[in-house]
Amino acid sequence: MKMHLNRHWPLLTTAGVLVALYVAASIAYTGFSSWFQFAQLFADNATLGLAAIGMTFVILSGGIDLSVGAVIALASMGLAVLVSHMGLPVWIAIPLVLVIGTGFGAFMGAIIQMFKLPPFLVTLAGMFLARGTALLLTETKRIEMSDSAGIRALSSVLVVDFNIAAMVFLVAVLVAWAALKYTRFGRTVFAIGSDESAARLMGLPIASTRVGIYAISGVCAAAGGIVHVIGTQAGDASVAFLLELDAIAAVVIGGTVLAGGRGSILGTLLGVLILGIITTIPNYQGNLNSWWIKIVIGLLLLVFVVLQRVSQRWSGARG
Amino acid sequence: MRRSLRQLIWPLVALALLLVFNAVASPSFFHVQFVNGRLSGAAIDVLNQGAPVMLLALGMTLVIGTGGIDLSVGAVMAVAGALAAKLLHLDAPVALAIVAALGVCVAAGIWNGGLVTVASIPPIVATLIFMVAGRGIAQLITDGQIITINPGSSFTVIGRGVIGGLPVPVVIALSAALVIAAIVRLTSLGVFIEAIGGNEEASRYAGINVRWIRLSVYAIMGLLAGLAGLIDTADIAAADANNSGLYLELDAILAVVIGGTALTGGRFSLLGALVGAIIIQTLSTTILMTTFRGHSVPPEFNLVIKAIVVLMVCLLQSDELRRMVLQVRRVQG
Amino acid sequence: MADALIEMRGIVKTYPGVAALDGVDFSLRAGEIHALVGENGAGKSTLIKILTGAERRDRGTVTLEGAAIDPRTPVQAQRLGIATVYQEVNLIPDLTVAENILLGREPRGRLGAIRWGEMMRRAQQVVDKLGLHVDIAEPLRACSIAVQQMIAVARAIDQHAKVLVLDEPTSSLDATETAQLFALMRRLREAGMGIIFITHFLDQVYEVSDRITVLRGGRLVDTHVTNELPRLALVAQMLGKSIEDVSKSESRGRPAADSSQQECLRASRVFKRNAVQSFDLSLKAGEVLGLAGLLGSGRTEVVRLLFGIDQRDGGELSICGESIGHHSPRRAIKAGMALTPEDRRAAGLVPHLSVRENMLLALQGAKGWARRVSVREQQAIADRYVRALSISTPDIEKPVSQLSGGNQQKVILARWLLMEPTILMLDEPTRGIDIGAKEQIELLIDELRSNGMALIFISGELDEVVRVSQRIMVLRDRAPVGELSGENLNTHAVMRQIAGETAGQAHA
Repeated sequence: MKMHLNRHWPLLTTAGVLVALYVAASIAYTGFSSWFQFAQLFADNATLGLAAIGMTFVILSGGIDLSVGAVIALASMGLAVLVSHMGLPVWIAIPLVLVIGTGFGAFMGAIIQMFKLPPFLVTLAGMFLARGTALLLTETKRIEMSDSAGIRALSSVLVVDFNIAAMVFLVAVLVAWAALKYTRFGRTVFAIGSDESAARLMGLPIASTRVGIYAISGVCAAAGGIVHVIGTQAGDASVAFLLELDAIAAVVIGGTVLAGGRGSILGTLLGVLILGIITTIPNYQGNLNSWWIKIVIGLLLLVFVVLQRVSQRWSGARG
Repeated sequence: MRRSLRQLIWPLVALALLLVFNAVASPSFFHVQFVNGRLSGAAIDVLNQGAPVMLLALGMTLVIGTGGIDLSVGAVMAVAGALAAKLLHLDAPVALAIVAALGVCVAAGIWNGGLVTVASIPPIVATLIFMVAGRGIAQLITDGQIITINPGSSFTVIGRGVIGGLPVPVVIALSAALVIAAIVRLTSLGVFIEAIGGNEEASRYAGINVRWIRLSVYAIMGLLAGLAGLIDTADIAAADANNSGLYLELDAILAVVIGGTALTGGRFSLLGALVGAIIIQTLSTTILMTTFRGHSVPPEFNLVIKAIVVLMVCLLQSDELRRMVLQVRRVQG
Repeated sequence: MADALIEMRGIVKTYPGVAALDGVDFSLRAGEIHALVGENGAGKSTLIKILTGAERRDRGTVTLEGAAIDPRTPVQAQRLGIATVYQEVNLIPDLTVAENILLGREPRGRLGAIRWGEMMRRAQQVVDKLGLHVDIAEPLRACSIAVQQMIAVARAIDQHAKVLVLDEPTSSLDATETAQLFALMRRLREAGMGIIFITHFLDQVYEVSDRITVLRGGRLVDTHVTNELPRLALVAQMLGKSIEDVSKSESRGRPAADSSQQECLRASRVFKRNAVQSFDLSLKAGEVLGLAGLLGSGRTEVVRLLFGIDQRDGGELSICGESIGHHSPRRAIKAGMALTPEDRRAAGLVPHLSVRENMLLALQGAKGWARRVSVREQQAIADRYVRALSISTPDIEKPVSQLSGGNQQKVILARWLLMEPTILMLDEPTRGIDIGAKEQIELLIDELRSNGMALIFISGELDEVVRVSQRIMVLRDRAPVGELSGENLNTHAVMRQIAGETAGQAHA
């Protein structure tokens, strides 16, 4: 049992931080611990959460994806254009946007894989391209969509206080968890991040997996953009600016190692909720300003990165 | 010398093409006038507005030369501007404001370098921390407000002044380039950086103080980012902690890569990075000035062009692509 | 041979400029452990790479159970039943032991979902069958290297491997772990598997192998039944000598050093776990101390400890009378030491820097970044050493990566000579360079010694060590086994100590 505690302690630390934060906030602020607020936590952070799920796959494989914020914006604007300007029904427009997101990610993955280029630069190009396209789609940069019946209908769905964004997020968590745990693709993601050359020697399909990983990041970001549109009833080309940073932070705080190979979707969920609570606290505490959020997130990052470092040294000494 | 010139050919060709395009599409681009004791014109504006990225690119070249990267420079810029503006707001002397701001930026650089060297945290993660927290610190200093600076204050000279007909930011960037080039090439720092980036193990065997060199490179980066932040703040006579330096770390990295320095470290080119920074700024200016069938091109087009530039540069440097091309040629020949 | 599992005939492999294998034959029977031995450049790893699909042969045939095979990738070779376990375990450290055994062949149920229960059950069966006691739910990185290797073996067995290649599996194992691995190897032999065992440790060769194949310089020397081959004969074959040769005309060492000279290096009971056992060493000015031993005997580990690349786990070290606590290359250089490393590429050269810059690196490192040697002075120094060591380069500004191996070695040598060190340690300075350059380096060593420098010299070529040194410390299996000097210093004696035989046995 001790062994297993050792193995899971990064995740347990994250869980501990989350519980402590939640309990502290619940004691300090009336209404924080209500069921409605709990559901709201998921709803408010659905876009970030979806992006972080995709980012988890990417980081587990040892890569990075700087384009997710821009892809969210592109999806948001794309959906608005398809529905409001071109008059497509929502049930066609949404799958179309998801396909575009998937294709965008897969394209970046293919370039990274084929030409052996650093993911940092390729996804940086992807970020410029997606953000630029989003901004160029219309001159207004923002399209109000409250007149779209489809979007209105979707935004009014509520199941035990969980809106559509929160539900999509939770379903995505489940699907991603299952994919990482129960599919060969998922295990190959870990294998690539842990030791790519060994994975190749073991005959695992590196190329298709890498393309798949960035495709997943693309589709998750696109879904993030879609739920954002549903939540705000507007498409916006400047939304999710630098959101990739928060997504990376959530993944790292969730115990996933930036070098790849180690981490979990559950951790990412916890990381997203930690960021979510930290961002909510200033709403309750008038004298606490929003910039403290960034400083606290930076500190949390520092703590978790150092913890990972220590645990690596420790396990390295045994190996 | 010959080698470094050869490295520079592609960026220079790219810049030349851009300039030729400008000369044809908007002849006013090269129209430089001497008005009220200062040179003015689009070409001068490119240099003036490009000054912060030029400064960042200089430092980033050294950091990337050692095989590192610094994502925090945009946040460091914001801290510099915020601190200087806050001190000026409290009626501190201009010199104190500048020195204090730059000092804090050097400290930020040392913090980054310390995480990389002492704690052995990969540079991308180590500097991500300050990238996130630094902007928060800048906002903390400014209380989340935009602090304006009295436009009459001598501080604004940094952003708006003129020396010998040239805008002060251009003078600062070019002098910084000269100073850095001198430090790097007249001392052994440059060779050490290239040795560490080229083969860290061999550098250790040869008795080079790898940690110290790494640390100082990040410290220099901090100083240059601070200068860039001061220029940015002085230019608009206000410290905007939310937007100062936003995205500029990416532009700086891009400038370095365009300039022919590989992200893996080793041989680096300061001149290449300057050319890269000028290319990036020329691109945005070009797009602002270009009209297409009577319509101006939306500035957002800049991002799409940048995306294509990044991809082209990557592919040009890709060994894998070179291999493929050679293979195809061999099959055909 | 009817029961030949693998037959390799007339294998030729040429790399640009080098013949790595020149018509080598090799055969492996089912149910035998076959040791493959040889020094640097013998061609062991090339032969194994060809067998396991990592490289393709230029000529020759390979058959597996009588059928011709031509694996193009390691994965193809695995499918044919040829599995390899490397010293650097090629498994996934972050996945569980169970997954590492079954990765790519996981039992799956509906919708292709991995059935973890079934997978654990099967993995447990495999490790039970091999008698391994590991928690298969643990991530691989939590296991010792020995266990990781046995898990790699388990994976191979579960893939129905007929041939198992063990490439230096014991290099980082302690005695107990090695014993465990050997027990496993013997069980597999009983089960009819053919095992190719590559190692530098002669004791281990004799402990487990049934036959030995010796390669040297890309050629087959011979294949023997292990217990018919005396150790001395094996060492002689590895080093390219015949026993008669050795006893008749043997190289003799130089006369002992002037005892009045000052001692400039002393190590007592210095050791590092899993690298080298406790050794004593002393070195005087004007003396060449040779370190002799087979590859992997601990030669390099000794100089790495002396130069501060690795920290010692214990023992006293003093350089020029100064006692050294926490050691580092900078400290060593300051005390007057220099080391040309065994692996030029990895630890010596900065490939894109010029000949001049590479030469001046250590001097500049010692002076610090601020006190730069002027370019003119650098050029003068570089020119001087290019001439003195007759380095052939068109230009001192050429990137060092464009020079030949011998000239690269001379550049590194120049880097340290211009520091005028008190103690110069040369780790395999003559490996992979042409005869002319070798002779020059030997002459140079002699000259430096007579000028009062203290040197430590390592070479895989016994004749060379004996020719150059006045005293030789012999290492075997990472421990010092003796020291020879004066009258006793000759190739035969050194070889006997390397082989670990007494004089009586050798002549028997």
